Amino acid sequence: MTDVLIIGGGPAGLSAAAAIAARGARVRVVDRDEAAGGVPRHSHHPGYGLREARVLDGPAYARRLVERAIRAGARIDVRATVTDLRPLVGGGAEADITAPGGRETVSARAVVLATGCRERPRSARLVAGSRPSGVLTTGWLQRLVHLDQGSPGTRAVVVGAEHVSYSAVVTLAEAGCRTVAMVTQDDNHVSFAAFDLVARARFRFPVLTRTRISDIHGGDRVTGVTIERSDGRRGHVECDTVVFTGDWYPESDLAVRARIDRDPRTHGPLVDTRARTGTPGVFAAGNLIHPASTADACRQDGKRLADGVASWLDGSAWPDAWASIDVHSPLLWSAPGHFVPGEAGPIRLQTARPVNSPRFQVEQDGRAIWHGRLPYIRPTRPFALPAAALAGARGPVRIRIA
Amino acid sequence: MTAYDAAVIGAGAVGSAIASALTRQGARVALIEARGDVGAGTSKANTAIWHTGFDAKPGSLEARLVARGHRLLEERAEEFGWPIQRVGALLVAWDEEQVARLDAIIEQSRANGYTRARAMSADEVYAAEPCLGPGALAGVGIPDEGLLDPWTITLALATDAVVNGATLLLDTPVSRIDRVADGYSIETPSGVVSCAWLVNAAGLGSDLVDRAAGHSGFTITPRRGQLIVYDKAARDLVRHVILPVPTATTKGVLVSPTVYGNVLLGPTAEDLEDRTDTRVTPEGLDFLLGHGRRIMPELLDFEVTATYAGLRAATEHSDYCYAVFERYVRVAGIRSTGISSCLALAEQVCGDLAEAGLVTTPISTPRTIRMPNLAEDRPRPYADADLIAGDPAYGDLVCLCERVSAGEIRDALASLVPPRDTDGLRRRTRALAGRCQGFHCGARVAAALAGRP
Ligand SMILES: Cc1cc2nc3c(=O)[nH]c(=O)nc-3n(C[C@H](O)[C@H](O)[C@H](O)COP(=O)(O)OP(=O)(O)OC[C@H]3O[C@@H](n4cnc5c(N)ncnc54)[C@H](O)[C@@H]3O)c2cc1C
Ligand SMILES: Cc1cc2nc3c(=O)[nH]c(=O)nc-3n(C[C@H](O)[C@H](O)[C@H](O)COP(=O)(O)OP(=O)(O)OC[C@H]3O[C@@H](n4cnc5c(N)ncnc54)[C@H](O)[C@@H]3O)c2cc1C
Repeated sequence: MTDVLIIGGGPAGLSAAAAIAARGARVRVVDRDEAAGGVPRHSHHPGYGLREARVLDGPAYARRLVERAIRAGARIDVRATVTDLRPLVGGGAEADITAPGGRETVSARAVVLATGCRERPRSARLVAGSRPSGVLTTGWLQRLVHLDQGSPGTRAVVVGAEHVSYSAVVTLAEAGCRTVAMVTQDDNHVSFAAFDLVARARFRFPVLTRTRISDIHGGDRVTGVTIERSDGRRGHVECDTVVFTGDWYPESDLAVRARIDRDPRTHGPLVDTRARTGTPGVFAAGNLIHPASTADACRQDGKRLADGVASWLDGSAWPDAWASIDVHSPLLWSAPGHFVPGEAGPIRLQTARPVNSPRFQVEQDGRAIWHGRLPYIRPTRPFALPAAALAGARGPVRIRIA
Repeated sequence: MTAYDAAVIGAGAVGSAIASALTRQGARVALIEARGDVGAGTSKANTAIWHTGFDAKPGSLEARLVARGHRLLEERAEEFGWPIQRVGALLVAWDEEQVARLDAIIEQSRANGYTRARAMSADEVYAAEPCLGPGALAGVGIPDEGLLDPWTITLALATDAVVNGATLLLDTPVSRIDRVADGYSIETPSGVVSCAWLVNAAGLGSDLVDRAAGHSGFTITPRRGQLIVYDKAARDLVRHVILPVPTATTKGVLVSPTVYGNVLLGPTAEDLEDRTDTRVTPEGLDFLLGHGRRIMPELLDFEVTATYAGLRAATEHSDYCYAVFERYVRVAGIRSTGISSCLALAEQVCGDLAEAGLVTTPISTPRTIRMPNLAEDRPRPYADADLIAGDPAYGDLVCLCERVSAGEIRDALASLVPPRDTDGLRRRTRALAGRCQGFHCGARVAAALAGRP
């Protein structure tokens, strides 16, 4: 018997597994990959676990999370894909699982969805042109280079200028592929200034801002791209590889199948501060609900939801009414998207524009109930407001930058 | 030099169907294809509608063959295992002018021998298709239009030809054709093929082949159709093939489910010079999004899984360019209905060749093949507990979005007509055809294709 089924063994799922199993529940993690660990497993660069003041590379970080979950008593099944999910009357859900060892249906009193997110590929971004090979995403590139020892081409154009885009540049370089340009429609890159400086000094490529790829050329293989600036000027860049980076979309297929309410702003399941979805017994965490935050933010989600899972298993009721959390421009979304008054918790937010020294205001019925300041916020890098921001809220709130 | 009873040029749906039929008739057949795979021309990039021919030009060869082909595809679906879904079409009128044409459309379908088209009020239209955008005034229901799987049909027919003895010559572009005493002699980069009968099913290249064989009388103008494929999550929005009222030049932009469980929006209709230009363009995509916003606004909220374009082999003639000459059959200009009609075209060619004196003894018990199922409405290996228990490879999912197992990829690679590249593998298994477009599985699929574990 399984008390808690965790779907997805990345940072969010594994840390949830460790924390819940430590409380004595029978926890089973299923992951479709050949090993647990999630995205960090094939991110061979440092930058993981910053919060613990220990900088690890991705695989080391993934191994640590796997070890902790196993030590706490969780069972981890790999090469096991959940293909369908159905809520059960009375709470929880049953999952259809396909694995080399067989096809089975597992029901659990509590289910944690932690399936992560993916980069939107070229097609989803409606980039015109022919359809040659050599057009990848960072996720594909990293697996190609680190897990399969495959090789990309020799000259790459990287689309996007966020953290993951620089990570793509490093991976390309390791595989002997030069980045000839990075293009972004924004006014500037949105990664750390240090990443940008170091990467550009080391790999010598231009970051073309306010620029997009309007056309991809090539027969069997990419031969080049047409770039278009916001003023309409066009140019041609020769390359044999194009890597589309960032522009994350949650892996929400199972939530759609199970008809779990989704937040139209993130496209992931709509959750509250305890990671509860609208379907009793089903929780969601990690980049599935806030694409794409750091691995450590996902790990903390996992830890945090253990209390809620434990109290659900102990028989507490599932809420049936929530108060909404709205955001005002330039903020794009919040995760959680709503909350039960009295249950405060940190709120992750995404901004459309860079803002220095933003002063946040949480309003209820048009009255400010909380203020707080952050040093800066940048697009593509979700950030958090502390639990105190919701502590005084008794009804629907709106978050704005004052 | 090998002597064949018939050489079929072009391994699209049409050429493959003809090769299969002639082979089963006992003929020695060469199926000659310029590309590295079967079905890699127009037969891979179309709208995948199983047409009844209700809207064809009455009295045309196309009208007769599409209607006949519609029936044959269903009759043989069980044998080959290809999916056919009779979801029905709903032709929608959006303004008074279009409403005024609906009666004539029903009349025309009757003239084509199709009797089940019926007029529908606006209320009936919305009851049948609740997510349709506002402004629909009336419609026509055509219950027998449906969905087909063009990849599997073409591959099945080519494989059927091969398993029963035909020779498939890939990477073999035909450039020169000489008339010889008892047939034709065909020059290819890999040698000369001689045959008693030449069958031209070369799609976009059919006018060039026609001229090489000493004929003339039509010219192909590629008419491009761009399409957008929406995420499978959108499948529940759409119940029928949603057609516009056609104009003289095009059937217009439709919204349709696919047998694979996605939703299509398209196609455009653009006359081009270049017979290879299957690019999608910003203008084309904008045009389609404009139509999509009107037909079904909610559809545009879903993620786009893929965009592609196919080229119709249009000619200056409105009907198929079909003709039988001395030792030569022209099967050309199969513009926008060729998947639906391919089995009827093959039947026609077989009959005409027999009449013209090609005498063969039909294979008494042809070997049969059954294709793996790619459709959403029938069980796939990932959900088949017994299959997985017997062979764990079917439980080892490689492409996660489309639930394609290592077992299916292995089977495709070991098949009689195996894929050469990821594109070919995708058409056989759907690996890489899903929403992530390789984010998760691209590397593993490429490794599997290269024979690495
Ligand atoms: C190229 C790249 C570089 C990055 N660099 C950094 C960095 O330097 N520092 C940092 O902090 N963060 C970095 N990140 C972000 C970090 O990796 C993610 O935030 C983190 O992995 C998200 O954790 P998660 O558990 O939510 O999801 P994931 O790590 O994506 O894990 C989800 C898991 O769910 C599994 N799964 C999905 N669907 C199913 C299903 N139906 N059945 C079974 N299993 C399923 C998947 O196989 C996967 O293992 C990077 C991300 C990328 C792509
Ligand atoms: C946008 C669009 C939408 C469509 N929608 C539908 C639909 O919904 N339903 C339907 O039934 N039909 C539809 N069609 C039509 C259908 O796709 C075609 O009628 C059908 O694919 C034609 O098949 P074919 O075998 O004649 O041509 P092809 O599939 O193009 O095959 C011809 C083959 O000949 C080969 N060839 C050419 N020249 C040479 C040479 N010199 N030597 C050797 N080989 C050569 C080519 O490489 C090619 O593989 C659509 C078409 C388009 C473009």
